[in-house]
Amino acid sequence: MYGKGLRSLSVITVASVALTLAAVFFWAPNDAYLGFLQKIFYVHVPLAIVTLGGFVAAGLMAIAHLRTRDPRWDMRSYVAIHLSLIFGIGVLITGSIWARGAWGHWWVWNEPTLVSFLLVMLLYATYQPLRFAIEDPERQARYASVFAITAGAFVPINFLIVRLAPAYVHPRTLDNISGNLPGRMQVVFYLAMISTTLLWITLWKFEMTAKHVAAQLRQLRRLLGDEDDDAPTRRSAAPSLTHAGSAG
Amino acid sequence: MSTPRTSSVVRALLEAQLRLELRTFESLPAMWLFSVTAFVLFHFGLNEDSLSGNLASGVLWVTLLLAAILVINRLYLADAEQGGFDGFLLSPADRGSLLIAKVLTLLFYLAAVELVAVPAFALLLLEPSLGQALPGLLGVLALGDLGIAVIGALVGALAIRTQSRDLLGPMLSLPLLVPVLLCVAGATAPLFDPAHAGAIPLRLLVTLALYDAVFGLIAFALFDFLLED
Repeated sequence: MYGKGLRSLSVITVASVALTLAAVFFWAPNDAYLGFLQKIFYVHVPLAIVTLGGFVAAGLMAIAHLRTRDPRWDMRSYVAIHLSLIFGIGVLITGSIWARGAWGHWWVWNEPTLVSFLLVMLLYATYQPLRFAIEDPERQARYASVFAITAGAFVPINFLIVRLAPAYVHPRTLDNISGNLPGRMQVVFYLAMISTTLLWITLWKFEMTAKHVAAQLRQLRRLLGDEDDDAPTRRSAAPSLTHAGSAG
Repeated sequence: MSTPRTSSVVRALLEAQLRLELRTFESLPAMWLFSVTAFVLFHFGLNEDSLSGNLASGVLWVTLLLAAILVINRLYLADAEQGGFDGFLLSPADRGSLLIAKVLTLLFYLAAVELVAVPAFALLLLEPSLGQALPGLLGVLALGDLGIAVIGALVGALAIRTQSRDLLGPMLSLPLLVPVLLCVAGATAPLFDPAHAGAIPLRLLVTLALYDAVFGLIAFALFDFLLED
């Protein structure tokens, strides 16, 4: 069952997001150089890490799909990529605002993390068009999984390569994530990491539950002999669970 | 029936591919013409008579990359439309051999394009002489071509049986090829430096070789799943 534990998870997520925001605004100290603007860091960096983690997780789910041929794994992978794409747009926007505030430009090419992230987003932007272009649902799921695994492997490799390129020898602003942050900032950063991860998981679970409920409803309607539902389904980029027994 | 040896299957597939191209000349002249046209476009677009260093390296590699896209889009056309996939799947051959054959086909195309495009580039746009850059350039070309071929063979198979393959092929392959471009363009730039034939940054070549190897493994692991129906 997908709805299980959703309510308590939602409550915990809302509470932790609220706590994080309160800590960001009222507890974390202002940065000495960037001042208030630095607080976007607590949104931007966790969002970026969770987005990339989501892409990699989607790749692992796609591996499970190709191994088990269970369409539910394809659905999980689809929802993960879909959510990470939305999170990723947030990353690009907050990153742009940060770049504008810190360096005076909306976009900087010499920041490898930013450039790698754009590449990853450009690649994943083709996920839905790829699905949409394949009519047969089984093949759509299979090809989408091949894409998800390739792209999921591309995420870490791409970051490594862009980092290794000699054009990028500028000092990096994010180097201080791993411990040079003063105490309070570090606590707030980890808090933000946790709440953003929880947010992603909760939204993922919500969408999975919604998809399963819709599939079950469709099946019940069909059992009741609802005429409308016999109409051919529209071509869609989203995987469908109807033909796969959505009892679980 | 025993499974035929992979090497003989690959050779047969490659022979068929090359014979198809040599009989019809469907792709090669277009790629040659495209790359020369691209140099002319860059000449007018940049309003430069001769290029060197970063700019020269970028123009050459972007042109080669886009020429490669032309053939990546067509790489599986005959297999998808004229029953090549069905025939291959009916045979007892190992599926990975098709991937290897396609990678080799792409390498052949890329080498054939470069045979014309690189001298044409030297003639039309390159400021320093090609001679001093050539030994290093050959190495960079080989590693770059391998990356393009591996990614092209995987993405070509992914895109061929979709409804908008002409769009999906480039959209899927170009982001995956950016790290290749980054490495080859960075490695070629010092070779095209007019002052001296600078040393190739070895780190870039090692990185590129690793990228080629990783995507080779990924393509080999996933290719089977693209051939199932």
